Amino acid sequence: MPRRKKHKEIFAQGNEAVVEGALMAGCSFYGGYPITPSSEIMEIMANRLPLTEDGVFIQLEDEIASMGAVIGASLAGRKAMTATSGPGFSLKQENLGYACMAEAPLVLVNVMRGGPSTGLPTSPAQGDVQQARWGTHGDHPIIVLSASDVQECLEMSITAFNMAEKYRTPVILLIDEITAHTREKIKIPHPNEYEVVSRIVPSMPPEWYKPFEETVRGVAPMPPLGSGYRFHVTGLTHDVNGFPTSRPDEVVDLMERLHRKIDQFFYDIQLYEELQTDDAEVVVIAYGSVARSAEYAVLQAREAGVKAGLLKLKTLFPYPRRATEKILGQAGRLVVPEMNMGQMSREVKRVACGRASIRTINRIDGQIIAPSEILKVIMQG
Amino acid sequence: MKNQIDLQRFEIRFSGLGGQGIITLGRVMGAGLALGHGYNVTQTQSYGPEARGGSSRCDLVISTERISFPKAENLDLLVALSQEACNTYYPYLKQGGVLVLESDLVAQPPTNHYLALPFTRMAKDKIGVPQAMNTIVLGALSRLLPFARQTVMRKSMEEALPAKIRAVNVKAFNLGFREARKHFGETPAAWEAMAAEAEKLEKKAKPAAQKKK
Repeated sequence: MPRRKKHKEIFAQGNEAVVEGALMAGCSFYGGYPITPSSEIMEIMANRLPLTEDGVFIQLEDEIASMGAVIGASLAGRKAMTATSGPGFSLKQENLGYACMAEAPLVLVNVMRGGPSTGLPTSPAQGDVQQARWGTHGDHPIIVLSASDVQECLEMSITAFNMAEKYRTPVILLIDEITAHTREKIKIPHPNEYEVVSRIVPSMPPEWYKPFEETVRGVAPMPPLGSGYRFHVTGLTHDVNGFPTSRPDEVVDLMERLHRKIDQFFYDIQLYEELQTDDAEVVVIAYGSVARSAEYAVLQAREAGVKAGLLKLKTLFPYPRRATEKILGQAGRLVVPEMNMGQMSREVKRVACGRASIRTINRIDGQIIAPSEILKVIMQG
Repeated sequence: MKNQIDLQRFEIRFSGLGGQGIITLGRVMGAGLALGHGYNVTQTQSYGPEARGGSSRCDLVISTERISFPKAENLDLLVALSQEACNTYYPYLKQGGVLVLESDLVAQPPTNHYLALPFTRMAKDKIGVPQAMNTIVLGALSRLLPFARQTVMRKSMEEALPAKIRAVNVKAFNLGFREARKHFGETPAAWEAMAAEAEKLEKKAKPAAQKKK
């Protein structure tokens, strides 16, 4: 038997791990505008991308333009990404809607900092959760992922690209300042240890190609611009050929397909982790860096003899309803700690429909929620 | 893993002013302990929006187990390089924890149990580069911490720095190590068990190494 090669280990920040994961997933375009606490992603991309085979890095005049460039690169066949934080995320929203409509696969990383507005540039928060879901206007489906430690930043960065390519949709990766700036030892997986998904390109003759055709998965093949397949892209509601339409039947077809391509794959998209939930009477539902405090609190509660468990959300939207339902069957109490005024606990309450008592722990002062705060609520019984 | 003693959440906080190189110090030390020694380490930071001045803080949590909560709460070691940092973070030091001060910048130590060296003055007078102050601290801590090995830490530091400032920093590191041996005295009481374990490991490792030859 061949000896397994040892993994390369590095001592890296969450931001570095995001870049590492993106490059492993085949990212070859970055269009950005720097903003604390996401700047390292851009800095490292500026170093690394030009060294890859066909990598392109551009700094643009602002966040609006950078999002436009990323959509353009995506339509030209590149796996493209950008990263930003609070105020920049707001600026990207309009073009994010365009990406949803044009079905341009891309990854948008948002390192959350204290808000609103310029807020607390160097402090952590989780205040952009609902904005990530509903920030751009119109009834749009979107995938929002999160990561709680540095190794997970790498893994979720790869996952984000894979989901974007698989479902032809923008994917938002939400991390917070703590995860982004924590340095930890991480293992770089070997190339055969992770999956890399790429978009399906059309195989029919160009004259038969319909860019927004109905398919079983709801995802049409996507050629790079300039490869002989001609297609029209617009933000207006369009027909299967990509040209504007306001015929109600065609509008419904498009909108339903946009939702269906995500909805019918909930099992594939909704990622979560459970810790000691099998017999838990009180379950903490957490995500991002707060999930680490929650893990510590849950283990301490177990030591004290309380049956506590943790449901860590890795996909935030579409909200992992089934995972929550499963817990609601057995746990009478849920605790939802988050660094905002209760954005994710709304979702938990919506799913719970009064079937469990839900306690929220909210912090908006730019400080992480300490394990002791969560433990206190768990123990209150 | 070999050369490792059992550690359960050993927490270190470096604190001081922005521009003193506190986060670099934490990063280099974290890399040394994580990659060189093989411990699980998390390094987190907190700083103001200013480029210089302002406050700066860097936390290291070191453990043989997986680290869930990445920030420090009960400090085993507090390094305070300014009076304000010392005042702010001294209450978080655990019973028997060790306080290391910059003796010129911290005029009022909050207790008589502390270790101090004039790191900034040493950097200016003996190295000639005031920016090398953080490396002197790193050298001193490599002597002080029972689980850190001088050679490993120095190698990790050399790997983290660009070539043109490497020589100066090796000089600063060695100075810090020497001065700590001279002035910091024996291992602090709370860490004696750790030091004994580390020594035992060292003894065990040595005969094995000789056999190989």
